[in-house]
Amino acid sequence: MASIKFAVDGKTVTVNADPNMPLLYALRNDLKMSNPHFGCGLAQCGACTVHLEGEPVRSCVMPLSAVAGKKVTTLQGLGTPEKPHPLQAAYVEEQVPQCGYCINGWIMTAAAFLKKKPKATDAEIRDALAGLKCRCATHAAIMRAIKRAQTQMA
Amino acid sequence: MNAPLSRREFLKASGALIVTAAGPAFIGEALAQTAAGAKPPLVPTELDSWVAITPDGRVTAFFGKMDMGQSLDIAIAQIVADELDVAVDKVDVVMGDTALTCNQGGASGSTGIQSGARPLRNAAAEARRLLVHSASQKLGLPAEQLRVDDGVVSAVSDPAKKASYAELIGGRHFHHQVEWNKQIGNAMDIKVQANPKSPSEYRIVGKSLTRRDLPGKVYRTEKYVTDISLPKMLHARVIRCARAACTVAGIDESSIKRVKGARVVREKDFVAVVADHEWDAVRASRMLKISWNEIKKDPFPPMAEIYDHIRKAPVVKREDAVKKGDLEGAFKTAAKVVEAEYEWPFQSHASMGPGCSVADVRADGVTVWTGSQKPHFVQTGVARLLGVPPEKVRAIWVAGPGSYGRNDAGDAALDAALLSKLTGRPVRVQGMRSDGIAWDPKGPASVHRGRAAFDASGKVIGYEFISKGFSRRNIDTNESDPRDSLAGMSIGLPPKPSIDFGVPAEAYGFDSKLLAWEVIPPLLDASSPLRSSHLRDPVGPQIQFGSEQFIDELAIAAGEDPVAFRLKYLSAPRDAAVIKAAAEKAGWQPRQAPRAARSGDVLSGRGIAYAQRNGTLVAVVAEIEVERKSGRIWGKKFTVAHDCGLIINPEGLRYTIEGNVVQGLSRTLFEEVRFDREKVTSVDWLSYPILEIRDAPEAIEVVLINRPEIAPSGAGEPSIRVVPAAVANAFFDATGVRLRRAPLTPERVKAALARA
Ligand code: FES
Ligand code: FES
Repeated sequence: MASIKFAVDGKTVTVNADPNMPLLYALRNDLKMSNPHFGCGLAQCGACTVHLEGEPVRSCVMPLSAVAGKKVTTLQGLGTPEKPHPLQAAYVEEQVPQCGYCINGWIMTAAAFLKKKPKATDAEIRDALAGLKCRCATHAAIMRAIKRAQTQMA
Repeated sequence: MNAPLSRREFLKASGALIVTAAGPAFIGEALAQTAAGAKPPLVPTELDSWVAITPDGRVTAFFGKMDMGQSLDIAIAQIVADELDVAVDKVDVVMGDTALTCNQGGASGSTGIQSGARPLRNAAAEARRLLVHSASQKLGLPAEQLRVDDGVVSAVSDPAKKASYAELIGGRHFHHQVEWNKQIGNAMDIKVQANPKSPSEYRIVGKSLTRRDLPGKVYRTEKYVTDISLPKMLHARVIRCARAACTVAGIDESSIKRVKGARVVREKDFVAVVADHEWDAVRASRMLKISWNEIKKDPFPPMAEIYDHIRKAPVVKREDAVKKGDLEGAFKTAAKVVEAEYEWPFQSHASMGPGCSVADVRADGVTVWTGSQKPHFVQTGVARLLGVPPEKVRAIWVAGPGSYGRNDAGDAALDAALLSKLTGRPVRVQGMRSDGIAWDPKGPASVHRGRAAFDASGKVIGYEFISKGFSRRNIDTNESDPRDSLAGMSIGLPPKPSIDFGVPAEAYGFDSKLLAWEVIPPLLDASSPLRSSHLRDPVGPQIQFGSEQFIDELAIAAGEDPVAFRLKYLSAPRDAAVIKAAAEKAGWQPRQAPRAARSGDVLSGRGIAYAQRNGTLVAVVAEIEVERKSGRIWGKKFTVAHDCGLIINPEGLRYTIEGNVVQGLSRTLFEEVRFDREKVTSVDWLSYPILEIRDAPEAIEVVLINRPEIAPSGAGEPSIRVVPAAVANAFFDATGVRLRRAPLTPERVKAALARA
């Protein structure tokens, strides 16, 4: 057991837990921030994606010890209905999600990528989103939403 | 009692003090509480079971199916709003809670609108009739002289004479009987005195209104089943042997001693670990030492021989679903006979997250939160498993990680219920990734044989298409019987397999025709990771992968263009219309043979496929690229023409079709459950790859054919069944080579091109 302090969505938190426990379980169980999902626990799908210091990471395989003293942002921290991130707004406008269980992966990964490369081409976007899964197969709508967000972010 | 609200009822009701619950968890629940004791029992014969007016004049529709993200919530709201003449944003749709909705069968077979909307439409129409009637009494005017605008009944001649729905009945109940057709599930319907509107009167139906579940999902303010948490709740992981056909020999409980609070829960061969913290349950499940007895050596044939196994296996049941004309004679006199066989693998639901459920079994009642798309059947299944009356069980659907049929969510619900009973605490179960891929019920593997006879003029005079494979319902399509669940089978309940498959759904008018299916025994009787059940568009993709490729082969054999050939044998106008619409929109270039130009590494081709599904017609043109060196197929563009009768919400329909096309492409190109002699070896996304965005189409064009005069049929699944054959036909057009075994992987592409 260890006491690990970090920031989530702008709030400082302390979790007393096994330092090897993946961050995902700390967020969902200890901090009751259930927005990142368990999809695979294997870094193969993206459902658990959060930003660590602005970079997308798979929280299902990120040991809690690795986030000590760092800044974590979840989808809820990215934007709210009142102050949406352009990708979230575009996701609603393009009616992207079916089950919606995958969206943390897509939005958090795309948000970090577009920040670096707001004018990315379709091919670059597809490359940047490699490895993410959407079993409901909403990929066509995902591309539309990202392009819509790009125009907002430009 | 088929009477409008009586005066006595009105007086009684108007004296009641109505208090609304603040911040209800479920709208319908608040309503039920508001009128505690007054609401009639939840039976299909009560109008109150279908529709309610809240004190502030909002409308609640109680829908016994659920929306898996395919726009059903808004579509039902549109239908109800039109019938009741209220604004659509005043309609709330409560779904998937067995305490609040009748058993309309849950999500099932693309029937959400086709059959699910019927009783709602009728109920809303009847509610409007009753409300207008009571307004007529109140205002002293005949009903014919009244109109309804956004929930306000007023005199046509004098708008000042009015009564709102809220005034007339808000917060109270209709206490009005309707005629139920005595059907449970998809077929449930009611008859009422009111006449629902004719399509020409619709103002809201037919509009592309935005779904209302989106913000909750995108900002993650809405709970998923995985987020349900109760005080004192235990987290559980069910332990399944990696190998199939095993029973528990021994458990070393000391192996998890180091995990504080973790313990083993067991009944017969059902084993789980529970802990207060989820991570401890996960850790303990990995550390637990357990030894197994192998009850059957090599339960599975070698994977490479699965199709030979199917060919050779005995037939437990055969059905000749379509049989007409003198088939034997046709083949005897044929000038030419064409034959081909097609093969389709086991496929997994592989939902985005493993199945999850929370159950709270108490002496006075059981509550189960489930992501299963059929909560009413969860209620029955849990009741049977625990030996309690169904009315003591409440199942509440909460959106889960995807749902495309009988997936692992059904098993999770019964796992959670059993564990809550065994521990005396609320229990949350979620599988690990392998539970959702290796252990979910599978779409059945199958072999499809086509045979056709041509006369000397090149006309098809005999046509035969026979599918042979594992049952589509080795375990049933829902979890209402614990014998169909892993928990049930693990505690020794005997399995109850059903035998069922299907035939191509088409209208080709060949002189003689046989469409048949044959089902073979399961590889393993009980607790099989390869047990087969319903996966989106049950047996549709595999059958049509064969039949619509075979039609293409016949076109080429006859020296005809695949579109022209289909149209020649299709006289039904709606069938022909979707083919023409798809071909026209895609700019179809007729060809009687595959494309001749084949230079360069990237070859391109286009193919078409068409099918019916329970009244819906769909055709798709696939345009693909084949990379010769890598063997990669890219489904670049799809053009779909879709006719499901009256369209309720065009945009919602379009997105639903897009999802079907891309999931269909994934199933066609990538998906195959792998196994060895003793276990399923597809356990994660590496060993069960699905389509990623790199391989998503560049464009999906959808032509929606609206037929307001025809009652709506389903749209949740029909468009997936045409995708595999369209891609395979496009591959033939590009390369001149047939790929008759799915999935069309790079290895198979390269091997086929090398052989050519
Ligand atoms: S849950 Fe973390 S990548 Fe799948
Ligand atoms: S919307 Fe269901 S997995 Fe992406």
